[in-house]
Amino acid sequence: MKHVDEYRDRSLALVLAEKIARAAHGRRQYKLMEFCGGHTHAISRYGITDLLPKNVDMIHGPGCPVCVLPTGRIDNAIELAAGNPLTLCTYADMLRVPASGRSSLMQAKARGADVRMVYSVADALRLAQEHPGRETVFFAIGFETTAPSTALAIRTAERLQLKNFSVFCNHVRTPPAMAEILRAPQLPGGGVDGVVGPGHVSCVIGSRPYEQVAEKYRRPVVIAGFEPLDVMQTVLMLLRQINQNRHEVENEYTRAVTREGNTKAQELMEEVFELRRSFEWRGLGEIAHSAYRIRPGYGRFDAERRYGIAYRRAADNKACECGAILRGEKAPRDCRVFGTVCTPENPLGACMVSSEGACAAHYSYGRFRETAMAETAV
Amino acid sequence: MKTMMRSHGQPLDFKGGCVELSHGAGGRAMAQLIEELFVQAFDNEWLRQMNDNACFAVPAGRMVMSSDSHVVSPLFFPGGDIGSLSVHGTINDVAMAGARPLYLAAGFILEEGFPLAQLKRIVESMAGAAQEAGVAVVTGDTKVVERGKGDGVFITTTGVGVVPPGVEISGDRARPGDRVVVSGTIGDHGVAIMSFRESLSFGTVIRSDTAALHGLVAAMLQAVPGIRCLRDPTRGGLATTLNEFARQSGVGFRLQESAIPVRTQVSAACELLGLDPLYVANEGKLVAVCAPEDAARLVAAMRAHPLGREAAEIGEVTGDARHFVQMQTAFGGTRMVDWLAGEQLPRIC
Repeated sequence: MKHVDEYRDRSLALVLAEKIARAAHGRRQYKLMEFCGGHTHAISRYGITDLLPKNVDMIHGPGCPVCVLPTGRIDNAIELAAGNPLTLCTYADMLRVPASGRSSLMQAKARGADVRMVYSVADALRLAQEHPGRETVFFAIGFETTAPSTALAIRTAERLQLKNFSVFCNHVRTPPAMAEILRAPQLPGGGVDGVVGPGHVSCVIGSRPYEQVAEKYRRPVVIAGFEPLDVMQTVLMLLRQINQNRHEVENEYTRAVTREGNTKAQELMEEVFELRRSFEWRGLGEIAHSAYRIRPGYGRFDAERRYGIAYRRAADNKACECGAILRGEKAPRDCRVFGTVCTPENPLGACMVSSEGACAAHYSYGRFRETAMAETAV
Repeated sequence: MKTMMRSHGQPLDFKGGCVELSHGAGGRAMAQLIEELFVQAFDNEWLRQMNDNACFAVPAGRMVMSSDSHVVSPLFFPGGDIGSLSVHGTINDVAMAGARPLYLAAGFILEEGFPLAQLKRIVESMAGAAQEAGVAVVTGDTKVVERGKGDGVFITTTGVGVVPPGVEISGDRARPGDRVVVSGTIGDHGVAIMSFRESLSFGTVIRSDTAALHGLVAAMLQAVPGIRCLRDPTRGGLATTLNEFARQSGVGFRLQESAIPVRTQVSAACELLGLDPLYVANEGKLVAVCAPEDAARLVAAMRAHPLGREAAEIGEVTGDARHFVQMQTAFGGTRMVDWLAGEQLPRIC
């Protein structure tokens, strides 16, 4: 398949593996964090760690939008859907994320709340247009990747003068979260040595916003594509920077990402959104200026104002290690409930829900590594 | 139930008519539908007797019975329709025991208002598929539900067949060292349905692979009578079938991704739709497990049959006590091919 096979070529992978092995010299351990869930998924699905030397650790980062949304926000969405005569639209994965009191949007739906799964905010907008007598709320989540489409939907609703459409906005920003991770080197044996930077997010915001982060915390960031060879090439670029004591922002994903990013999308976000003073992330806690809220000028499309949604912090399940896993302090295998009580069918924590979640990816693709192969024959 | 007796004089209007509640009520209207549509299309001695059952003779041996319900949406898709699918699906389930399928029963749940023209097209497609397969539809049932309570038509078929002596096929017979063979490209059916629903095109139209596989199975058994496991990987795809074998047999599997045949258009569509071809449904493919010394002979016999031209050996059975299906990726790493979590594609068969 053209434009795909080139990035999954085994012989090129072996050449890169050889170069990486040579670059990872010495007795030191290299701890690289892939920020994005998309990269976590690619690493697991293609078995990339098998091609990396033992002294290169890939640590899963917090870049799974479903995973980082704190329980309190899902509680808000459930209360909104169950307590008002409205249609709440959201992405499929959100339906299964556990909320307080063993609830979820899926359960609220089964009990009669009108919760619908949509593929994009455009579907929610269409639903509002088709049913003018029914309030439709889009439960918006995601990084800068999906925020522009939410902004566009709000502007479209304004143009169409829709009275029954609003957005419960939970869009978050990547650079503050990356800074938070690099600021607090909680990892056993020291912090992250380098970051595999977001690909899709960077298509929108460009590579420039990471420059300050890389400089301040003196850690290299390499923006990476999502194909397996992209990830391997990025690992090599990071190792070279680390070896040379550099901490620059480099771009491996040049076929999609520029330094400036998509300025039209940025303008759109700027027009519709403003920064929240602070926002809670699952695992990372409150981070200043890390999320978007709808500007007062578009206030009538803001479900938080319209329905008076008040955020309340909620405690996560005590046995669940999602927080530590999202901070990169722990791996899925370090969680006592991983694969026993918490499985993709019955997720206890958010990281087991989305296929981009560290636990779900490890469970589905990598858990065979956990115990020595118990093969008897062959 | 009191039924409205209608004049039987006018023939059914297969151009502009539609299914009415009376067509399932047991009265003259139902008799007319059966006579003018079902008996006409499926025509055979058992149906012509007009009993509520079919009484038939079977050769000696172990009998196999299987039942399958079909709710596919859309009803017509590239490469087939719910009619042919409902015949192939059940024939294949019977054939996977190594049996020769002999008779089918068909149950229809029709929605009030469903166009008779479409029903006729579906029934004729079923009849064509049954005739081609050499299997008779000998009995059936029709029910009509009120408008809005169904989705056009649902079809349940039940099949019986007889296993020749000496054939012993079951999902619990895989042994470490055995080889895994597929009969051709995977994922065609699910992707055909999905890309048709989403109006995706990839240069050429992706067609469903729906087909009756008992002929292929007979050819395979002739070459290798000792085939251990056979299954058609429908819902949940190849990945699910192998996980089922692993659990039933208490073994593991190791696959070679590069050996698994997938059409370029199918992998392109999967990229776009975010699907994994390993989990996408097939309706005209089978997976076989056989002893290592039989593998080459089995693949050769399959390739000599029109429905097995792209057959390939794709992996082997391991003694993994955790019953994991693992795969050497084409990229060079290793990963698990786990049970499907949640639903990948709804209403595809």
